[in-house]
Amino acid sequence: MQIYLHFFLCISFLFYNFAFKLAIIIIIMNKPNVVIRFCGDSGDGMQLTGNLFSSLSAILGNEISTLPDFPAEIRAPQGTLGGVSGFQVNLGQGVYTPGDKADVIVAMNAAALKVCVQNQLFHDHAIIIVDTDTFTKPDLEKALYKTDNPFTELGIKETVQIVPVALTSLTKESLKDSGLDNKSILKSRNMFALGVVCWLFNRPIDKAIHFLEGKFAKKPALIAPNVKVLTDGFNYGNNTALNINTINVEVADNLQHGTYTSIAGNKATAWGMIAAAQKCGKRLFLGSYPITPATDIMQELAGRKDMGVMVVQAEDEIAGVCTAIGASFAGDLACTSTSGPGLSLKSEAVGLAVMAELPLVVIDVQRGGPSTGLPTKTEQTDLLQAIYGRNGECPAVVIAASTSANCFQYAYEACKIALENMTPVILMTDTYLANGTGLWRLPQLAELPDIKPQGVPQELKNQYSVALRDANQVRYWATPGMEGFEHRNIGLERDSQTGSISTNPANHEKMVKARQAKIDQIVNRIPNLQVQGNVLSDTLLVGWGSTEGHLHAAANELNCALAHFNYINPLPKNTAEVLKQYKRVIVCELNNGQFATLLRSKVPGVKIMQYNEIMGQPFAVERIVEHVKAL
Amino acid sequence: MEAAQYKSDQYVRFCPGCGDHAILASLTKAMAQIGVPTAQTVVISGIGCSSRMPHYLNTYGFNTIHGRGGAIATGVKTSHPELTVWQMTGDGDCLAIGGNHFIHEIRRNVDLNICLFNNRIYGLTKGQYSPTSPKGFVSKSSPFGTVERPFIPAELVMGARGTFFARTLDVDMPTTIDCMVKAHEHKGASVIECLVNCVIFNNGAHSWIADRETRAERSIILRHGEKMIFGANKDKGLKLDYSHLMPRLVVTTADDPDVLIHDAHMQDPTLHRMLALMGQEKVTDMANADVVPELPIALGVIRDVEAETYNEAVNNQINEVKEKAKVKTFDELVLTLEHWDM
Repeated sequence: MQIYLHFFLCISFLFYNFAFKLAIIIIIMNKPNVVIRFCGDSGDGMQLTGNLFSSLSAILGNEISTLPDFPAEIRAPQGTLGGVSGFQVNLGQGVYTPGDKADVIVAMNAAALKVCVQNQLFHDHAIIIVDTDTFTKPDLEKALYKTDNPFTELGIKETVQIVPVALTSLTKESLKDSGLDNKSILKSRNMFALGVVCWLFNRPIDKAIHFLEGKFAKKPALIAPNVKVLTDGFNYGNNTALNINTINVEVADNLQHGTYTSIAGNKATAWGMIAAAQKCGKRLFLGSYPITPATDIMQELAGRKDMGVMVVQAEDEIAGVCTAIGASFAGDLACTSTSGPGLSLKSEAVGLAVMAELPLVVIDVQRGGPSTGLPTKTEQTDLLQAIYGRNGECPAVVIAASTSANCFQYAYEACKIALENMTPVILMTDTYLANGTGLWRLPQLAELPDIKPQGVPQELKNQYSVALRDANQVRYWATPGMEGFEHRNIGLERDSQTGSISTNPANHEKMVKARQAKIDQIVNRIPNLQVQGNVLSDTLLVGWGSTEGHLHAAANELNCALAHFNYINPLPKNTAEVLKQYKRVIVCELNNGQFATLLRSKVPGVKIMQYNEIMGQPFAVERIVEHVKAL
Repeated sequence: MEAAQYKSDQYVRFCPGCGDHAILASLTKAMAQIGVPTAQTVVISGIGCSSRMPHYLNTYGFNTIHGRGGAIATGVKTSHPELTVWQMTGDGDCLAIGGNHFIHEIRRNVDLNICLFNNRIYGLTKGQYSPTSPKGFVSKSSPFGTVERPFIPAELVMGARGTFFARTLDVDMPTTIDCMVKAHEHKGASVIECLVNCVIFNNGAHSWIADRETRAERSIILRHGEKMIFGANKDKGLKLDYSHLMPRLVVTTADDPDVLIHDAHMQDPTLHRMLALMGQEKVTDMANADVVPELPIALGVIRDVEAETYNEAVNNQINEVKEKAKVKTFDELVLTLEHWDM
């Protein structure tokens, strides 16, 4: 049976190669951008491979946008559909998204191939590199194939080129004298695949090796074997002249001149807060609790003690925000990081920070909900929770990052707004931004905007209370240790003059309005909304947060305008003015219409249309375009 | 410093006759004795009658939300270890809604002085049973008597690897002050269980030991290094009886050479636990309401042992890493990433 199957596979591969050779004549394809997807078992090292390849491409001058797509299970049973982990990267010039569909697929096993087909993850003319050693009968059974011919069964079109490479046996051969055990050898399969892909994309192998050495700097014993497999993979592509054409991707030439790196959203978020703390001379304190997909922020900051960052890994989500509130009360720049379920748990404490008027940064890395929902998938479904999800009239500032790299900018901005206005600021990111990477121009502290945390005038010594405010309605901030400024803060309503507990009806209304006025005046400190694309079009796409790249690409294709929001509460001053200029306003978001609902209430008189997807995945540009064209 | 300097100008709103008045008086006296300035003292509370305490103190104070005082106090002390931090809490606030924060602040050994006002009832919500109400206790939310097994706070503290536990009576101000001062001196999470009388909803819950006529017979004040002697005439003592498989505490005469000498600094909590559990069968089950326990209730500092504090450990680690770090500023940090010019 085994022999028969292998024979059949070979025939299939030959058939596909034959079809491909007839179709393609040119030797090197030049493309503005190319989408490649690495997929395999969650233990196959696909995230590492993808990240290495992306960084390598970025160093060579490509813009990049990445999309890690992994299962909730850490190690699902090997070879099963549930355990398939993917990493997609779009590289080249004019890259706004990780791409709707892949041009090149690397499938490490039969299950990965099946998932790619089922979810329509590649184009009709895609190249698919498969490990032929992982299509044995047991492999096919684990991946729930019904027949012995996976390619026919999957109905892969003839225009798709299948490239069979015996990755497993070639890796074994490459490392047979390495002295490594069989398990470690098999783990290096991904490097062979990476070598083949480097050849395919004309990536200089020496740069890849340099990068690999950096990655394994802490495990020097692994450098030599990985470099060998990588090189052998590259040479295999080169020498055996795989029957495919290599691809040249265009180098980006429209970027601001500067020093760049590639950075993931969670890391950028963490670093934005570090920068803010250093800029204003406060210590950064993070109280947090592990939760997918936000945990990286805590981990990153826990490793940044060299920057003086203090991290408390608390006993629960509530303690995460409460330790931060304690640190804020004591005078630190205090933050907490979480995802949707954690934000729900923190609501009451965020309300305390609103009432006590303490600066606090709350980062919500959104994931699929409700409840535990889809922990590793992306969604924009916490928006109304962030704006309204607390008891009482409880306004807080809400802002959203829109690219992995600008998570830095908006985390910095969140700290600035919180410290200058004595308020909680909720920063919305999501799985897509958190795990995805983008090009980031390295900033210098001096070029970042000043942060002037609220303080207290010395004249108020011995007369201070928590009720005292400046002309912007922002209360003065005195912190423990300051003599003559001893005070009591409370979650109970306080008297507008003395700051002591008050149940007076008129006073309560006055205080509710004072807290709202403080948030409202922040509109004067945020930039106006900018319209991108064809501003003269009669159609305006509207989005917020992580969808900016997809909406930008869609607006380009549709030749229409785009208004993308990073500031949500308060909304930019010119919001109504912008929306009223367009005949068709289409709010596109990865939820059931939460921002559309907000805009309908905040900007009455504008007819708001919606386009929504709630599949736990980023938008596909082509679906947005189709939808708008059909309107 | 004088006790009056620690009192704020706020009108004290505890009910007339409430044990909290006595605790407040003891606390200001203890603070004066400790002598840390008001500006360096922070009092954090959650919600409940006990949690009103910060308003009546002229220190930095924060009356927060139900159950979370422990987590907020942890944030204050860890980020600013130079401050003296007190936490005011009750049996509902820290043993029910805030139970998780309570055990974890103790486990981490955050250097906090925690006053646990145990009146065995929810007072501010007007009379529901609490996690320390005895089984069978009739309250507004348990009209037929609770069916729950209560916590014994000392047992919970030691179960969470607590390093300091004291127990006092609201009416016994000298012992309360002494425990508060010792709690401040102790580096780590210090829990003082203050047995407080709720005059409105659970009046007399502790009177079987608190009443002047019986207090000396039914309680023992433990002092480190002193013999365990009690009774109106100081004629009784405690010793260990080894006649059973497990040793147990028994009452003996004061002149018995086997009377134990209290060692609060012993790392092993076994004897501290036995001392803290004396007489607790009475307060955990209404079936024993009329029983006078064989052993006296232990008051004073029962356990006071050294261990590294969380706040020190966290700050030390940051300082060590900072000192050794090659990268000191944000501008240097970004250059540690793989970077290239474009």
